[in-house]
Amino acid sequence: MEQLVKLIPLFPLISFAIIALMNRRLSKPLAAVIACIGVLLSFIDSAVVFQSQLQSFHPVEVKVFDWIIAGDFNASFSFLVDPLSSIFLMVITGVGFLIHLFSVGYMKDDDGMRRFFAYLNLFIFFMLVLVLGNNFLVMFIGWEGVGFCSFMLIGFWYKDNKNNDAAKKAFVMNRIGDLGFLIAMCLIFFNFGSLNYSTLFSPGFLAESSVSTETLTLITFCLFVGAMGKSAQIPLYTWLPDAMAGPTPVSALIHAATMVTAGIYMVARTNVMFSLTPDTMTLVSIIGIATALLGAVIGLFQNDIKKVLAYSTVSQLGLMFVALGVGAYTAAVFHVVTHAFFKALLFLGSGSVIHAMGGEQDIRVMGGLKKKLPITYLTFLIGTLAISGIPPLAGFFSKDQILSEAFAHNKILFALGLLVSLMTAFYMFRLFFLTFHGSFRGTHDQEHHLHESPLNMTLPLIVLAVCAAFAGFVGFPHVIGQGLGLHNLFEAYLSPVLGVSSSHIEASVEWMLMGLTTVLIVMVILYARHLFVSKNYVPESDSHMKGSFKKLAYGKFYVDEFYNKVFTQPLDKVSLFLEKGIDIPVVDGMVRGIGKLTQGLASIARKIQTGNTGYYAIAFVFAILLLFIFFI
Amino acid sequence: MLTLLLILLPLLSGFILLLTGSKNARQIALVLSLIEFGLALFALSTLKSGALETLNYNMPWIPNMGISFRLGMDGISMLMVLLSTMLMPLIVYASFNKTYNNAHTLYALMMLMQSAMIGSFVAMDGFLFYIFWEVSLIPIFFIILMWGGENRQKTTFKFFIYTLFGSLFMLVALIYLYLHTANHSFDIQALYAAGRSLPLVEQGLIMGAFFLAFAIKMPVFPFHTWQPSTYVAAPTPGVMLLGGVMSKMATYGLIRWVLPMVPDGVHEYGYLIIGLSVVSIIYASCIAIIQKDFKYLIAYASIAHMGLISAGIFAMNMQSLQGSLMEMMSHGINTVGLFFAYDIIYNRMHTSEMTKLGGIRGVESRFAFLFFIIVLSNVALPFTNGFIGEFLLILGVFQTNMVAASFAGLSIILGAVYMLRAFQKMMLGETNSLTLHFPKLEKQEIITLSIIVILIVVMGVYPKPILEITESSIQTLLQGIQ
Repeated sequence: MEQLVKLIPLFPLISFAIIALMNRRLSKPLAAVIACIGVLLSFIDSAVVFQSQLQSFHPVEVKVFDWIIAGDFNASFSFLVDPLSSIFLMVITGVGFLIHLFSVGYMKDDDGMRRFFAYLNLFIFFMLVLVLGNNFLVMFIGWEGVGFCSFMLIGFWYKDNKNNDAAKKAFVMNRIGDLGFLIAMCLIFFNFGSLNYSTLFSPGFLAESSVSTETLTLITFCLFVGAMGKSAQIPLYTWLPDAMAGPTPVSALIHAATMVTAGIYMVARTNVMFSLTPDTMTLVSIIGIATALLGAVIGLFQNDIKKVLAYSTVSQLGLMFVALGVGAYTAAVFHVVTHAFFKALLFLGSGSVIHAMGGEQDIRVMGGLKKKLPITYLTFLIGTLAISGIPPLAGFFSKDQILSEAFAHNKILFALGLLVSLMTAFYMFRLFFLTFHGSFRGTHDQEHHLHESPLNMTLPLIVLAVCAAFAGFVGFPHVIGQGLGLHNLFEAYLSPVLGVSSSHIEASVEWMLMGLTTVLIVMVILYARHLFVSKNYVPESDSHMKGSFKKLAYGKFYVDEFYNKVFTQPLDKVSLFLEKGIDIPVVDGMVRGIGKLTQGLASIARKIQTGNTGYYAIAFVFAILLLFIFFI
Repeated sequence: MLTLLLILLPLLSGFILLLTGSKNARQIALVLSLIEFGLALFALSTLKSGALETLNYNMPWIPNMGISFRLGMDGISMLMVLLSTMLMPLIVYASFNKTYNNAHTLYALMMLMQSAMIGSFVAMDGFLFYIFWEVSLIPIFFIILMWGGENRQKTTFKFFIYTLFGSLFMLVALIYLYLHTANHSFDIQALYAAGRSLPLVEQGLIMGAFFLAFAIKMPVFPFHTWQPSTYVAAPTPGVMLLGGVMSKMATYGLIRWVLPMVPDGVHEYGYLIIGLSVVSIIYASCIAIIQKDFKYLIAYASIAHMGLISAGIFAMNMQSLQGSLMEMMSHGINTVGLFFAYDIIYNRMHTSEMTKLGGIRGVESRFAFLFFIIVLSNVALPFTNGFIGEFLLILGVFQTNMVAASFAGLSIILGAVYMLRAFQKMMLGETNSLTLHFPKLEKQEIITLSIIVILIVVMGVYPKPILEITESSIQTLLQGIQ
């Protein structure tokens, strides 16, 4: 078993190394095949490990090698497989493999295809390290590693500086979060003397330690700052929409299905700590719901197919944090899983659309793609229904769980969550109808060029659509499960790590909420259909936009501009002032001043050195006299 | 004896080079510096086998003043010797892409400098240390003066006077301690004993005097203004020696000559220096952000890193000291790497002004790849050597001073800002008329960069052997202090 665990991240690392080292000596298809095999092997391996975890709860710890040892600080490079990490393993390698497969077709005409697959493999490696690590520092390796890969892939087309700027922005914003993570690690080590999960999360360890709640709150707060960065929460969310500058499969894998859920993983992993700090938990749910709302509102008005999906991701991540904030860790992880399926599906579907449209991303010039791209259409429909929360698709179950947990916790939280769900259904169907229904609004060339994607691109869509449709069944809500004699398998599997949610609401209330939510969502969808199909409404062009709120939301509330004014520009100004106002005139000025002073004194001293022996003799005598006086 | 040999060999190498003349000077220099590196590895194996006595050497020098030619090595000295002997062949090899006038003199001076620097790392006598410290200045003075670029006279002069000025304070402190020794001796143990017996305020003053000398050499704010202009004026091998090795003489000096000498003073007043170091980190990082010339950027980035090392040393715990030593290694290697990348660009484009460059990745992707890994290490990404040092430093400083460590942590954000900006400006984007004809890298350049990159990754993934070298010495040092 231990060897199997070690191999999971090793496969993609090896395929990365092969592609990186061989580079041009490999043909492009061969590089793609190697990359896919690397991830496939890792998936099979993960499945075996997952299978064994399913049978009974037995966490496996594997030490790979000693990493940093300094005095009593000891962080080895070691892994931990338990229900939580094994679920993430399955999602990362499974969805990862499908996206690799999709990329073979999507990237086949790109010169940098080898490079692309090398980064993608390296990303999978770091993501696996992130979830496999058995201490905070190993998680941090993965954490920073995926950030680096994300940087490389956002700026994949590096000749355009817009992409490079987006990549840099993502990296720096993540780094702000990472500082929080880093300080949290310092605090944990300082207070508990270890970074190992097995020590920190052993039953009763934290509760019995003499560490105050304030300190624990500070720790969880710092950890959450890290999560904000990686999982794009307010105020560190603006990098994610810009990250769409990368190739679409990257958006699907990194910026929707896996990397951005690292923050949720982190909080779930440290749930023992978070549960002890109610203040941080409240903050988590507030930030979560605020981000969910903001993302949804902005999503309502975007016209770029990938931007809509990006803001939708921001919004869905927010919902996951709401779940974490109310202590429903399982619900959050459940939503991570279903979201990985349907959001990867939607992104890949949009990739298929963009591919067919020859790079066009504006939904205002699409329309009527239904007939030309039947498989993409059908799978995209499933994804859209799933994210909207229509039963019995996967999204329904996970979202329902989050909403009912929120209801049990706080009615306002529930109401806002419901609002987010309704907006989600609206903007998703807006996107869907504008893209696939109605008549084609693009150019003639584009229309001529329209085609369904090849099998290696549609196959991942189909598999993901199946998952998005049925994955929800592993997590039946209790009210439904009881009637059908089915258990919530998902919750049962994770319960040794995440515990069971304590909040229970009455069955009748839960049925009512479920019904209410579903009816409202269906109504929203019908309204969207009325607006975009029956009335053929198409959002106006940028210059004709009316309504100040609409403009504001379309402009993403100008948060980027605000950050630029408040952080980026002042930093440059301060730096400039430090150089031109302090470094050169003051700090160096003093040095130069001392130099000048010495020179001045020297020129006076030179006058004394006349070369006249007589003067010297007199000076000598006086000096000796002085010495005598001094000593006597 | 072995330790003495480590000093004598480069000295001898210098004379050999002077005698052989310009022909094949660089090949000879490379071979000689490799032999020296081999010798250092042998010393390492001796140290590991525990035969410490063979590394000691003691001979009376000026007995009536209590000065002896006493050498010795523990893990800390060993690491520094390894760093300088490892970098030397690399610096020599890196210079193969250019032919220098009077090459034999240049290499000879480099060897002499090496000899003095190693001397300062192994000297166990205060006076001897001071001599080596000062002597090491002379070769670099001539290297910059004779092979430097614009404004070299003015900058060299400033550099020379400034460092000399700082050293005087150290000399005064040394003499003061000497006068307090039991039987007037410059022996390190005698000086330690003298220092520890001093009252608190005096310990603080001694610390300050030493720190002044070392702070100028590292440098840290506000004693850094000689550095950027000197870096810019210096020829590449010279700047590599300055930034890569010579700056470590100062940080080493803090560990060897300040912490154990005046521990109470450091406990009492060390926070002042930690504060200054943190200011230095942020100050230099900010200025690095707006630099237009890549060489200036490296200079300011270097100040930021040295500030972190200095803070770590004064935090005085296992993690911070191990981190500072690790970071000294990494900084040495990475600085050489960065300056080499600069050299490659400058030789081809005749400018290092970043806005004039751009798009080099599209022309020479191998260079971009190798260069980027060096950049990543400077940004302290995990699995690069830069991360190990910075992480341990922040972790260690945190245990002594949480606020300082949190501010020092800002360097991971600011570092990313200036390094990625610089990389983007030079390497990414569209190629322009200048970079369009960026010549491919020579084999020698690829090899040099690859060695640096391999060191970065290997040390980052498996730092244990390096941390082990210094572990027990640091432990001893800390025990002696408490």
